[in-house]
Amino acid sequence: MANSAHLNYVLRLADDAVIQGQRLSEWCGHGPILEEDIALTNLALDCIGQARALYALAAERAGAGQTEDDFAYFRDEEAFRNHLMVELPKGDFGFTLMRQFLFGAFNWLRMEHLSGQTQDPELAAIATKAVKELRYHVEHARDWVVRLGDGTEESHRRVAESLAALWPYTGELFAPDSIDEWALQAGIGPDLNALHSRWTAIVEAALTEATLDLPSSTGWMQSGGKAGRHSEHLGYLLAEMQSLARKHPGVTW
Amino acid sequence: MVNSEAAIWKRLETVVDPELPFLNVVEMGMVREVEFTGDDLVVRITPTYSGCPATDVIMNDIRSVLRATHPHARVEIVQHPAWTTDWIGPEARAKMAANGIAPPEGSSNDKSFLLGKKSVVPCPRCGSLDTQLVSAFGSTACKAHYTCKACLEPFDHFKCF
Repeated sequence: MANSAHLNYVLRLADDAVIQGQRLSEWCGHGPILEEDIALTNLALDCIGQARALYALAAERAGAGQTEDDFAYFRDEEAFRNHLMVELPKGDFGFTLMRQFLFGAFNWLRMEHLSGQTQDPELAAIATKAVKELRYHVEHARDWVVRLGDGTEESHRRVAESLAALWPYTGELFAPDSIDEWALQAGIGPDLNALHSRWTAIVEAALTEATLDLPSSTGWMQSGGKAGRHSEHLGYLLAEMQSLARKHPGVTW
Repeated sequence: MVNSEAAIWKRLETVVDPELPFLNVVEMGMVREVEFTGDDLVVRITPTYSGCPATDVIMNDIRSVLRATHPHARVEIVQHPAWTTDWIGPEARAKMAANGIAPPEGSSNDKSFLLGKKSVVPCPRCGSLDTQLVSAFGSTACKAHYTCKACLEPFDHFKCF
């Protein structure tokens, strides 16, 4: 029987991955160019693959006969523990790529820690695989942030607006709550303060190259996702993602 | 002898990676262990990417290849240690290049990408270093799409992983 804080920590990672994957998959058939349509759906596939491995681990540890599908398809929004940033609607291409960069750099740093420094060997195995995949997510998103920011007047304006809209959601990534504090004490998760300064250096370098200003980190920051208090957007996302499994429980093909 | 581990490894060499059909799953480094436990046979594999759609196909193909002699053979997934392109041997890399795919280069632990540094991928056809990334995600998750500016041919690069 797993400790509930530990289980909650694994579910957060899984929920971030599945919600990101679902949002990215909305680009399937809608990418601005064929290469990006393929790229975004490949990112989605990685995220969903990571979510499956994490949910399977959570199911095994919960020990109540659940499967990965029970966590993904049969929980309501209050039970999801993903960061608010990942559930925001996909927006335009620039918004999606800016989010991929801001969240992706955080996620890469988090998974890198989990791959080498966690006391949880099964989580480390999943993180070691994930961090290899996320490396390409960050590289891809960074390229686009620079290209759009340092691009045309229109692309600069739109990606600057996306940055401003997403920034208030970056605070939650680095504001430790009781689960994060437990994870740090138990040697499971990273020190979010240390992660924050590394993340800021990575983000600042990219934004400078993209001719975008690093927003102030002292403004109002949103929070609540990690505690199950979500925006209205998550319910609609889950309704779409879960409808088939709920209408036909146990269905296979 | 159908019941030696070496014979099983030999037969697994007939299972190809559906996304790289000129390479088998042993050459790709995906087969980690073959174990006999009593009459039972267990083959342990490590998937390349978490969301790789070829994994299920490969598991089925392994079971099919072994079915005649070992109808109860199990195929299990091991997550640790994570698969890496470092496990692809020199022969398999040469086969990739011969099939127009630039093999993975360099170390999978390079962190310079965080600050936007790019690695140089030589063209598998003409060997030129004057190549350009078109898309980081090509025909499959494991490959990126490049163009050679010298011979003007497009090519896939198997990403370092």
